Amino acid sequence: MQKYWHVINVGIQNTLVYRANFFFRSAFSLIPLFATISLWRAIYSGNGGAAIAGYTLAQMISYYLVVTIVDAFTAVAEDDWQIAADIKDGNISQFLQKPIDYLTYRLCLYGAGRIIFILCSVVPVGLFLYYQRASFVVPADAATYGWFALSLVFTALLQFLISYTMALLAFWVQEVSTFIFILYAFEYAAGGHVFPLDLLPAPVLKALYCTPFPYQLFFPVNIYLGRTTGVALYQGLVVQAAWVVAMYFLARFVWSRGIRKYSAVGG
Amino acid sequence: MNSTPDNSRPAAPSTLRRYFGIYTMLWRNALVREMGFKVNFILWIFVEMLWFALQLAFIAVIYSHTDRIDDWSQWQVVLLMSTGHFVQQIFTAMFLSNCVQVSDHIRTGRLDFMMLLPANLRFLLSFRVVDFGAFINAASAIAVMIYAGSKLGLSPSAVQVLGFLLLCVASLLVHYSLMFLLTTTSFWTVKAQGVVWGYYNLFNLARLPDSVFKGGFKVFFTFVLPMLLVANVPAKLIVQKLNSPLEMLLLVAMSLACFAVSEALWRFSLKRYTSASS
Repeated sequence: MQKYWHVINVGIQNTLVYRANFFFRSAFSLIPLFATISLWRAIYSGNGGAAIAGYTLAQMISYYLVVTIVDAFTAVAEDDWQIAADIKDGNISQFLQKPIDYLTYRLCLYGAGRIIFILCSVVPVGLFLYYQRASFVVPADAATYGWFALSLVFTALLQFLISYTMALLAFWVQEVSTFIFILYAFEYAAGGHVFPLDLLPAPVLKALYCTPFPYQLFFPVNIYLGRTTGVALYQGLVVQAAWVVAMYFLARFVWSRGIRKYSAVGG
Repeated sequence: MNSTPDNSRPAAPSTLRRYFGIYTMLWRNALVREMGFKVNFILWIFVEMLWFALQLAFIAVIYSHTDRIDDWSQWQVVLLMSTGHFVQQIFTAMFLSNCVQVSDHIRTGRLDFMMLLPANLRFLLSFRVVDFGAFINAASAIAVMIYAGSKLGLSPSAVQVLGFLLLCVASLLVHYSLMFLLTTTSFWTVKAQGVVWGYYNLFNLARLPDSVFKGGFKVFFTFVLPMLLVANVPAKLIVQKLNSPLEMLLLVAMSLACFAVSEALWRFSLKRYTSASS
């Protein structure tokens, strides 16, 4: 176990190099966020402030604000590119000889990266939340915070495992970037980045819930906003946990197949 | 470097012809290179189309719950988005990878070699490679534009279409100048990480109706970084939404200003450039 603490430690030190990059990243992402909020303000002022699909203006704005928070905690930044590069350049050879598990190793680095990212984005995102505070709704009870936090952990694991598995495609194809971008597109739309998924027609939403995508973002945000409660909440958490387990086994499986295919570059 | 004193007399036709010849060669070169990776070529077109489809889906979803965004109807916004997409794809085809590569050229020292070539350095850097897949995506944007136009019952005159295309050229100049400006900063930061990312973040603003924005935000993204002009002005000309013809003039003026600033910073950085390895 000790060795993985070292990995986290080293990971934190390595990512600190990118602190300025992370800061600008989170600061710049506030521009499109602000634009989206302005767009919704215009829509709500056009329809006299009536709720849209059950969202009041404040809830709609809060939706995007919470998306930003969940993103800061769970988004996969450079990890998938690095994993693909490790495979392509033959860097994983060293892990095959050492008593260290590559998946756990990457998970530690991912965690370290998130810690630094959160620290770098506290100021810009915090200021932005303060600026929008009039429209920022907070959960009514402590239990909601708890369920939200639990779901956030599942989301992080799910995000990581899906990206990890995708990056392992580098065992078979030369250029994984196109596949990663296609996955991004799906995560972006079907996860609820662009708009709350319940704006979609009910059958489409139902179909989406058969995929892991809503559990990568939409589900925790919904818990926070108090739109998923009671039985639906427990059921959702169970399904989310099931996706994490399923993706874990898929990741292990793909890795073991990939290793068989792997021939280290340069011997 | 170049023996033709370009600034003292107007560019001779032979100079133009020479640069045109270089550009033709670069295009051929790019096409050959591109065809070496056919599967990747097709996949990239697919990725871009997917993102464009997503944005259109976003509009469709919004308009399933409302019938106006400010004073914009659904198909007007679709026309706006496809205009933004069109300009961006032409920019991607001609300039994006060139701009992104500048920091690599600086880091690896290849810039020094390019300086020795008997042609204008900025020309060589800006036009080196062409991304042909993006032209196909630009064509898909035109198809959506025409469809939206027919939904709106528009029949633009030849003058309007010509004006639209000229405004698109000005928008292209804005894209190119701002991106080149961003990439010039890699003289100092060496690794221009996140430049592309920042670019996409900013230019996605262009696809939203300008009337949604108010106050300082609008002023900044009109008069400092003219994101809110690049797609809005050409699209508004076609859907006849322009408040005054001055908006067109503003776009053209801003595009020239952006170019002037990027050229000034480029010359300034070049003067202070001290190679990669020494």
